[in-house]
Amino acid sequence: MKKMLREGDVRIPAGCAIAALVNLRGLPFAGTRIADCIAVMRERSNGLGGGFAAYGIYPEMKDYYAVHVFFDGIPEKREFEYQLRRHFRVVSTGPIPTRRNDEIHNPPIIWRYFVSPENSLLAEEPVRRQEFMVSFITGVNAASNGAYIVSFGKNMGVFKGVGFPEDIADFFRLDEYRGYLWTAHGRFPTNTPGWWGGAHPFALLETTVIHNGEISSYDANRRFIEMYGYRCSLQTDTEVIAYIFDFLCRRLGMSQEEAALIVAPPLWDELAMMEEETANRITRIRAVFSSLLLNGPFSIVLATPDGIMALNDRLKLRPMVAAENEDFVAVASEEAAIRKILTGINRIWSPRGGEPVWGKVDLTHPEREPLYAGEGGSDDAEAAKSKI
Amino acid sequence: MTAVVRRVEAQDEYCMGCGLCRLACQVAHSAYPLSIVKAMKTGSRPVPRMSVESSADGMSFRSVRCLQCEDPECVKICISGAATRDEETGVVLIDEQKCVGCWSCVIACPEGAIIGPGTGRGKAYKCDLCLEREFPACVAACPNRALILREVEVVESTTREG
Amino acid sequence: MLKLQKAKFEIGRDFDRCVGCGVCVNQCANEVHFRDPYDESVCADDIKCVGCQRCVHLCPTGALRVVSFASRTREHGLWTSTVINEIHLQSDSGGILLSGMGHSRPDTVYWDRILLNASQVTNPSIDPLREPMELKTFLGRKPPLNRKNSLDAPEKYPQLELEIPVMFAAMSFGSVSLNVHKSLARAAMSQKTYWNTGEGGLHPEVRAYRDRAIVQVASGRFGVSPEYLEEGACIEIKIGQGAKPGIGGHLPGEKVTGEVARTRKIPPGSDAISPAPHHDIYSIEDLSQLIYSLKEATAYRKPVAVKIAAVHNVAAICSGMARAGADILVIDGYRGGSGATPLRIRNDVGIPVEFALAAVDRRLREEGIRNEVSLVVSGGIRNSADVAKAIALGADAVYIGTAALVALGCHMCQNCYTGKCNWGIATVNPRLARRLNPDIGTLRAENLLRAWKHELAEFLGGMGMNAIESLRGNRLMLRGLGLTERELEILGIKAVGE
Repeated sequence: MKKMLREGDVRIPAGCAIAALVNLRGLPFAGTRIADCIAVMRERSNGLGGGFAAYGIYPEMKDYYAVHVFFDGIPEKREFEYQLRRHFRVVSTGPIPTRRNDEIHNPPIIWRYFVSPENSLLAEEPVRRQEFMVSFITGVNAASNGAYIVSFGKNMGVFKGVGFPEDIADFFRLDEYRGYLWTAHGRFPTNTPGWWGGAHPFALLETTVIHNGEISSYDANRRFIEMYGYRCSLQTDTEVIAYIFDFLCRRLGMSQEEAALIVAPPLWDELAMMEEETANRITRIRAVFSSLLLNGPFSIVLATPDGIMALNDRLKLRPMVAAENEDFVAVASEEAAIRKILTGINRIWSPRGGEPVWGKVDLTHPEREPLYAGEGGSDDAEAAKSKI
Repeated sequence: MTAVVRRVEAQDEYCMGCGLCRLACQVAHSAYPLSIVKAMKTGSRPVPRMSVESSADGMSFRSVRCLQCEDPECVKICISGAATRDEETGVVLIDEQKCVGCWSCVIACPEGAIIGPGTGRGKAYKCDLCLEREFPACVAACPNRALILREVEVVESTTREG
Repeated sequence: MLKLQKAKFEIGRDFDRCVGCGVCVNQCANEVHFRDPYDESVCADDIKCVGCQRCVHLCPTGALRVVSFASRTREHGLWTSTVINEIHLQSDSGGILLSGMGHSRPDTVYWDRILLNASQVTNPSIDPLREPMELKTFLGRKPPLNRKNSLDAPEKYPQLELEIPVMFAAMSFGSVSLNVHKSLARAAMSQKTYWNTGEGGLHPEVRAYRDRAIVQVASGRFGVSPEYLEEGACIEIKIGQGAKPGIGGHLPGEKVTGEVARTRKIPPGSDAISPAPHHDIYSIEDLSQLIYSLKEATAYRKPVAVKIAAVHNVAAICSGMARAGADILVIDGYRGGSGATPLRIRNDVGIPVEFALAAVDRRLREEGIRNEVSLVVSGGIRNSADVAKAIALGADAVYIGTAALVALGCHMCQNCYTGKCNWGIATVNPRLARRLNPDIGTLRAENLLRAWKHELAEFLGGMGMNAIESLRGNRLMLRGLGLTERELEILGIKAVGE
């Protein structure tokens, strides 16, 4: 039988469930909660992909980059480690702990490294270091040599694979991790490549993206972003979205708000009703960045260490509900998923198309508990440490 | 007192001299207004009530038809009472039954818009604005909108009658 | 000497229907129809007929047929009737074969071999009757994207704003009538797109539409003055034209009547000859100097476009043009039209715009400068599907010339160079030019744009998009039908079924 093409070889449309939960005061909570949330939307996935991004889970290793990697085999692992050690000092290494789950089959070799940049120049100059790391990550992933970097960032990590998201959560023992920001994704691909690297979230440095939708403008977006050094090796929407935000926010130094204006600008008709100066500014931005407009149905959650931005396409062709209580902002494809895990809801609403929902962590909040070991040595840090 | 009357306005700069207005006029005033072929080929040719003139160099054209004057010379000069002006519609008409073919109106008309000599009919004919039609036949036939139907407001002089 | 040239058409007249009204006689500038002085009947001289169909349309009784001349030479795959006729014509006259309009051989039209996509199930198509569809397009240079990005200096980046990515191509007053200019200018104004003066100046009567005018500067420099440059919304330097790459233009003196002469700023009756090259542009650096001269002359307030014919190394040339300072690159494919072009050059020089566009778009992306310049293509864009495909291949907008003239009544008789256009389009003869009432012309040109706007919205909605920029360069929306692997590779698209 001919081998099925996997992500990167072919473009595979997919439907999805998404969920995100962020504690606004930066207080950590166990991964069980996000797993419970996404499990409510089981019928939105088909068991061919599930994944989670977690922030604040490695507090005592926060100064090192946590690298989550999938390997097809031992030779690929050796080759990757050779490459890794050329550029980074590996502080700690070991398998990511997993638990046997009858629904999860054929996992790759799943490994975790904590590293710091070896090269002193890279260590000192943040812009060049980021640039280098992005090219390292995309280089490894684009080469598709049997090693796939799942995530590469400080105090965060991505856990994903082929299976229903709640089974993936169980498999990766997410109940044992505590983070202040979690996103989750359940996938419904229209093809069955069954490749672990193809699951979501997609991560680039500390930014992760979950996405439900199909970007009709994909090739216009891809061909634009590839002019600026990116290689869309997975051919997925999520990948190109992550690159777009990386390009706009990290490379061009724009705010996420401006980036949102570029990927989901107001309609020209709406602009006509705005104040002239604002309208002119938005017009200029759109004229320049027109190729980055994301068209077609989507709901995305962009997560960074300081919070989330959730965004719907301009016409709101995909569902997305947001809610908030005293401490949390939650976003999910369905309201039921939020109600399952959030109590004392002050507000629950369906955001308008193109209108970003913010869940920014107040890192200066007086009530914020110390997150990191260095800040006070909480139990959370101990718990996290035990797994490393 | 004012009244709304129809008038045909010519944009002669777009008249291309095709003569389709004239043909349509002939057909409209023939025994077979629905068929050009029958109208033109059955019996004697119908008489058009307007015409198209070409400039000497053949580069420009002009449609010639009655302007429906408010104080028409043709009515004033008519010896048989055939030429009248309908006060309600503002249309100047020549009654074929009463016309004796003296050609006084033809000579008097400053526009040269009255047709008679050379038709072999011994009667004078002029544009009646096709009041029974939605559009005058000439206007409907013009392929280049050189003839336009306008509804214009005119001030009726009541003193003239009284 | 017996002329070997034979008729291309024959006139069929149904005498049962003909009422002898003479419309055909007075409408045919080629004097095909005439009234026999002996019996007043209407007759025709078939050999003069160019097949423009004017008489057929105007005949009130439908008595006329203009059909291809049935008498053919014996069938031969190589020595076809057309080939033989051309040789006879040349051996009759000893001259270069002239023609109007674009490439006439039935070579593969690649637009027709490219198919568009539509959404099914995994993403919804969008109903253009219910949702806004955005066709707004900006043409002009965009700032390079780096950290110190230039979004805050808009005055450095003047833009043309189009509500439909379709503009009217350059056709000079002189080659076409003033009524054509009026029609296209007004339609461009009301539909918020642009029209192009061509190399013939801006007539005072169309000055009112200057905000939507692209003023052309070509090798003859006809009509160019500081005021002219100042009046246009954009300046286009014309290097070449798809219908006649590598050669200049020639408006014969008899077409240079008073109005044309005044607008072109040349003596009446003189031949208006546009040299083959610009004699101040013998290199890319010379082009750069002209671009910046024009920008200096207009205080950098207008984008400058450069138009070339699609030739073999078009990608490298366009890259050079972009770097020389051109804000808008215009590529005219070998199907592009013209009022007069040597037939051999028209049919055998240049390449199809589909390939030129694909190559240029790719090259500019490889060099990372595609977003900084705008790309406009022309040359055989026939309908909204061609527009959609051009945009998906990578164009920002298209120019239509022939399609616009056809909307105004042109029937592609390809005899524009004779000045005897019976439809009042490619002529300045007042007897003929008056046949195009600009009020009607405007409406027809507007209607064409409106219709295409609706169709583009339908295409976009079907593909699950509501903005034209999402289609631009989106080659995944295209598939090739019956193309070779090499052709697919150059076009950068997959085959149907892939």
